[in-house]
Amino acid sequence: MPGKVKEIERKPLNLAEKTFLPQIVGGLKVTLSNMLRKKVTREYPDVLPPIPPGYRGMPTLVKDPDGREKCVSCQLCEFVCPPKAIRITPGSIPEGSGNEHIEKAPQEFEIDMLRCIYCGMCQEVCPEEAIFLQNKFTLNGLSRQELVFNKQRLYEAGGIREDEHFKWKKKKEAEAHGNAHH
Amino acid sequence: MDWIQLAIGAGFGLAFIIVVMSMAGLTVVAERKFCGFMQGRLGPNRTTIPILGSIPFFGRMITRMGLFQLVADGSKFLFKEEVLPGHVNKFYYNLAPVVALIPPLVPLVVLPFGQMTLADGTIRQLIIANVDIGMLVILAFSSLGVYGTVLAGWAANSKYPFMGGIRASAQMISYELTMGLAILPVFLWANVPGSTEGLSIANIVVFQQTHWFVYLQPLTALLFLVALFAETNRAPFDMAESETDLVGGFHTEYGAFKFGIFFVSEYAHVIVGSGLFVLLFLGGSNFLPMLANPWPVGIAGAILSSLWFIAKTSALVFFFIWIRWTLPRFRYDQVMNLGWKMLLPVAIANLVFVMVLLAWLTPVAAQ
Repeated sequence: MPGKVKEIERKPLNLAEKTFLPQIVGGLKVTLSNMLRKKVTREYPDVLPPIPPGYRGMPTLVKDPDGREKCVSCQLCEFVCPPKAIRITPGSIPEGSGNEHIEKAPQEFEIDMLRCIYCGMCQEVCPEEAIFLQNKFTLNGLSRQELVFNKQRLYEAGGIREDEHFKWKKKKEAEAHGNAHH
Repeated sequence: MDWIQLAIGAGFGLAFIIVVMSMAGLTVVAERKFCGFMQGRLGPNRTTIPILGSIPFFGRMITRMGLFQLVADGSKFLFKEEVLPGHVNKFYYNLAPVVALIPPLVPLVVLPFGQMTLADGTIRQLIIANVDIGMLVILAFSSLGVYGTVLAGWAANSKYPFMGGIRASAQMISYELTMGLAILPVFLWANVPGSTEGLSIANIVVFQQTHWFVYLQPLTALLFLVALFAETNRAPFDMAESETDLVGGFHTEYGAFKFGIFFVSEYAHVIVGSGLFVLLFLGGSNFLPMLANPWPVGIAGAILSSLWFIAKTSALVFFFIWIRWTLPRFRYDQVMNLGWKMLLPVAIANLVFVMVLLAWLTPVAAQ
């Protein structure tokens, strides 16, 4: 492919440059200035890396601002999970909690972290916005059983999600007023 | 035989060896820290030992500076398994590290490390053996330093150490000449005709109370510095140990403590070499050129001047490290070319020039 050839003129070295001493001194200046600069090392366990938003860490179950556990054990995440890391035993809402119109809640919810691939499909598919992948990425345990996280641990890690949906509360109120929009 | 003098000399010698070996260990850590800094990273800063590392303020400070790494490395070398490979020449294999360690340490007896001002005003150089062939002792023993490398390369009975040993020996022999010729102008300048001091280094230090040789004879200083880099097998002349960079050069077949001895002997050689440069060109334990020495009378002055000498030597060791991590390594033929075709004629020309200059400057009455 013909292109323009740019000729760079290489000037012959003068006497001082032939001894290479000026170049050596220049090199020493570069090294010294580099030595005095800020280091790029991040001292890991003491200094954590900045986690971007949307980072896919450990999957967790969340509660809404009222403290209600959002998962209704529809088992969609269990079916969509590629390595089949989630196992759910569906159950019913306990009597007298005021949430009987929801009808279902998980009796047991286990994620085997040794199988989880942090793909986020469970978060994408959940209709209740109950499972979210959050920032924690260093998980370890002393046995395989320790790394199968149960419902309590997942809710602990999840915390409270500050959203404005209040889906089931609004459904209950709408039904009390004659189901106008729902 | 004066037993007291012998005992004092032996005591000083032991102290000297302890100081130099500790400095060699510190140089290892300093090299790792400084090369890390120059490369934009931190060196070792988390090594810690059980009890001393827990001291509230200092333990943490020493850990962050990486100084416990010295202890960790030393213990590692002590506790590793000593392997005697089947294919080596056993006698020379065991002898080579010893032969490598002795030549850097013996010249310590003729290095004046400080000066003590006595009550009546006379200044005594602190030196273990003030012989008047001091420099010749140093040159002789640094020539012996080649044998450690050569024996290690030969004894290992394998291609890469052999090549490393040969190249190292050729390099060190070539730069001996430049070193010797670079030292002569210094001694010519410092000794007036009829002087009885000869090649004594203490004489040079005494002479440098007014002017230092580094600016009186800059070319000589430069030649000596380059020859020193080549003698100690330090970058950019370090083909012997990293020439076959993947394999390790002349100490490939060595592990554990024998490798530790090679390692420490190389850094001890660096320290003794920089000490020699400081003595010959940078004024030794004198404070600054053209200023009177502020060393107080007695032991305090002796200690202060020794500390100043150690500070200057450490600065030069830092310069060694700085150059190592700045310049790329020379190719073998470039090393030989530089030694024989460029440095040697320049050294001879420099010597002749200084001789003529001195003959011109010395008043006729003293000639």
